Amino acid sequence: MSEKNINRRDFLKLAGAAAAVTTVAMTGCSNAETTEKVTGQKTTSKKEIPTDKMTYRINPKTGEKVSLLGYGFMRLPTINSRSARENAQEELDQETINKLTDYAIEHGLNIFDTSPNYCQGRSETAMGIALSRHPRDKYLISTKLSNFSPTQWSLEESVKIYKNSLKYLQTDYIDYLHLHFVGATAAVDDQRLSGMETFRRRFIDNGLLDFLLKEREAGRIKNLGFSFHGDIDVFEYLVDEHEKYHWDFVMIQMNYVDWKYAKKVNPMNTNAEYLYKRLTDKQIPIFVMEPILGGRLAKLPVHLEKMLRERIVENSIASWSFRWLGSHPNVLTILSGMTYMEHLQDNLSTFCPLQECSEDEFNLLQRVSDEFINFPLVPCTQCQYCMPCPYGVDIPASFTHYNKCVNEGYISVSCQDKEFVENRRRFLIGYDRVVEKKRQAAHCIGCGQCMPHCPQNIKIPEKLNDINDYIEKLRQEKL
Amino acid sequence: MLALVFWVGITLMFLDFSGTLKCFLGWMAKIQFLPAILALNIGAVIFVAALTFLFGRIYCSVICPMGVYQDFVNRIAGKFKKRRFKFTPEKRKTRLIILGVFVVLMVAFSPLAALIAPYSAYGRMISSIFQPLYISVNNLLAKAAEHYDSYAFYGVEVWLKSGATLGVAIVTFLIVTIWSWKSGRGYCNTVCPVGTVLGLLSTKSVFKIKIDANKCVNCSLCEKNCKAEAIDFKAHTVDYSRCVSCMNCIGICKKDAISFTKNAAKPSSNEPTDSGLRKALSTGALLAVSSVVKAQEKTFDGGYAVIEDKKIPARDCPVKPAGSRSLRNFSSHCTACQLCVTQCPNNVLRPSSNLSTLMQPEMSFELGYCRPECTRCSEVCPAGAIEKITKEEKTAIRAGHAVWIKQNCLPVSEGVKCGNCARHCPSGAITMVKLPENPSVEVPAVNSERCLGCGACENLCPSRPFSAIYVEGNEVHGEF
Repeated sequence: MSEKNINRRDFLKLAGAAAAVTTVAMTGCSNAETTEKVTGQKTTSKKEIPTDKMTYRINPKTGEKVSLLGYGFMRLPTINSRSARENAQEELDQETINKLTDYAIEHGLNIFDTSPNYCQGRSETAMGIALSRHPRDKYLISTKLSNFSPTQWSLEESVKIYKNSLKYLQTDYIDYLHLHFVGATAAVDDQRLSGMETFRRRFIDNGLLDFLLKEREAGRIKNLGFSFHGDIDVFEYLVDEHEKYHWDFVMIQMNYVDWKYAKKVNPMNTNAEYLYKRLTDKQIPIFVMEPILGGRLAKLPVHLEKMLRERIVENSIASWSFRWLGSHPNVLTILSGMTYMEHLQDNLSTFCPLQECSEDEFNLLQRVSDEFINFPLVPCTQCQYCMPCPYGVDIPASFTHYNKCVNEGYISVSCQDKEFVENRRRFLIGYDRVVEKKRQAAHCIGCGQCMPHCPQNIKIPEKLNDINDYIEKLRQEKL
Repeated sequence: MLALVFWVGITLMFLDFSGTLKCFLGWMAKIQFLPAILALNIGAVIFVAALTFLFGRIYCSVICPMGVYQDFVNRIAGKFKKRRFKFTPEKRKTRLIILGVFVVLMVAFSPLAALIAPYSAYGRMISSIFQPLYISVNNLLAKAAEHYDSYAFYGVEVWLKSGATLGVAIVTFLIVTIWSWKSGRGYCNTVCPVGTVLGLLSTKSVFKIKIDANKCVNCSLCEKNCKAEAIDFKAHTVDYSRCVSCMNCIGICKKDAISFTKNAAKPSSNEPTDSGLRKALSTGALLAVSSVVKAQEKTFDGGYAVIEDKKIPARDCPVKPAGSRSLRNFSSHCTACQLCVTQCPNNVLRPSSNLSTLMQPEMSFELGYCRPECTRCSEVCPAGAIEKITKEEKTAIRAGHAVWIKQNCLPVSEGVKCGNCARHCPSGAITMVKLPENPSVEVPAVNSERCLGCGACENLCPSRPFSAIYVEGNEVHGEF
């Protein structure tokens, strides 16, 4: 045990960009576990989460400790106790948000991430309310400049977004500000711009980036970076210009599937392995988004789940991805959107402290991702960027339902299948339960207005049409 | 006992929306007298006539759900009041006049006739008033099932299918219930045309209730317990036109003075026949130009675009389900019992609110469309208004044809690419073609020869509240 820790410490030193500070804690924790087993006093299987064992990484520029687990405010709970992602019209449940925030801070989590866009623009306000109840030096705020709509591309409009962030978050400075979703390709007057052109119009031509650099000098932005999906040209350009801009961090989509199979998840994406290496070479710390692919790595197809459970029975499936990510030294923080207390507790128990993956476990996860990628799932992460569909279709819920049926093995290939009747019932009744009839896939007219908004670059109309074809075959029993 | 089986069976069939019970209980609806006559179901008519000729109006006390319902109500009433029934003389003139008017209305195909037809009136009561309650309970169970991740129950939409029909059903319900609470089978023996017809037969029936004047001690128990108010204990007579052979009097008589014994009589029959068609009047104004959903500027993520509810277009000719052959065939057979409406799983069938076809079902496609794999309405119709068809036959029946409304069509009005109607047309009747004056715009062209009138295009058209493509019924359903 101690030998392994020393090795890791050496390894981190070599990597040089960030360091973990919780080695002693780990041994302490496992000792506690052993004692418990010996005394046999436990009445529940729930593990007590220690409040002082959070794994931190050091920001090389500011020297501050950043908790390896970050709280994403994108999937906030609503009054009806569902995630605001699935149910954007519902009122946010501020009381629960406060409770979750308090609990997270109490357990050593100190970085909170939001955007002016999240939860229909209500996320920053909710975060402001929750965090302002704590001393400002207890937490780090990460938010974004989300000037996606061409109507927001003027300096004035964009600065307004930034100023509003300060106001809603009830703070004088922002610890981490992202240029949100660079690599997006926007449409102006029915013309699709390239990723570079979109970036230029959003941040360069209007002088917005210069403004933000000045804000950084003035100390109102402590760290400036960007979050990246999509067009790799923009990424290459910005990393090449690192000497000019001095990015303090970059956020990328990273997990054990996106490591080598990003293109299969989404043809527009680039392997996280490459992005990670590029950023590490430039010594830029990494923020991780989509650590569990919008939940898809929290609930794997049954046989893959078994592979992981047979290694460690108690650990959640999601914890594997977090541990895998945490084993990469240049990761500064991993952002996870946690709607419910269970999510938060599960993640905290993974990070307090983090047990890094062994060589063996790395190989196991590689095998899992090999299999995972061959499953015909829709790579939707339910980010809701495509919504609202102008014709009312509930796109993410339709994909989620389909994926759920695939994952749970309720898809029939033929009417002759033994389980056909049961599968049919589950698919059709289940679909009616999660999506109203008038918002189902059949109502997609194929206008394609959703597609440019999809960070996963899913051919949404085509996929919805496929799902509807499947439904039609189920109904007519012509499979 | 048998009466209870029939009554519960038929009631359940009207309540059931899943279409499972009809397989076992469908025959109960098919032997109902009036629908059987309309369906020219000779076997059933002869069966009922023979039954009546032999044993009196057993039909009314066992098979007719409205009859059993009245017994049910006055049985409950009996728990609350002591003195119950008293002999009243037959209102023969009233009965015959009502029957006469009824026959005339039937012959003239007025849906008003169906107002007093017992089976269909009962059907409307159950389907309009009680099925929504039944479904609500089901939906609660479905919610519970969802919670436990079970698929044993599924939710079904509750919606007001027709205000007029609900109104009629409520009035019927109140009249029948109050009347039978007060005086047993008053409705049955005064208003009901089937009761009157069978009453004519039953006066000549082979077996009859007889009171033996020698044994009778004039205790009046039988009269007090005769729910048809047909026994005159002082005269020791029974009015056979109203006696429904329920046998209550035999059981109640302490002196064994009453018996069910043989007699001789002659049968007669009375059947309405077909004649000319009343054309549907609905013409209506031109469709209002729809206010279509406007694609909104996206600045925030998530949320739903508001979906305006679809409105019913003014159809020149109502759309009737495949199997009805023609408007004429349909309206001359339909008794507006609503059984098909309760069975339609796609929320397509609903009772008409139009006076000339009041309460008779018609199709509309705001909530769903007539699915190619479904033939439920044709399987349950007891009156022959919708004849039984198979799935295969259905794919060849042209119940209507789609009509395109240019100004509502999104490619024209909004410049978006659509084609949802063509994509979902089950018979491939719609082709997307370039608009002559603007070849960059593709619009649907309908081949009426191939169109089945299923309403998929109308239902799935993104234009709201009025679709850019809607179905006009075919007066006579053609076939390929």
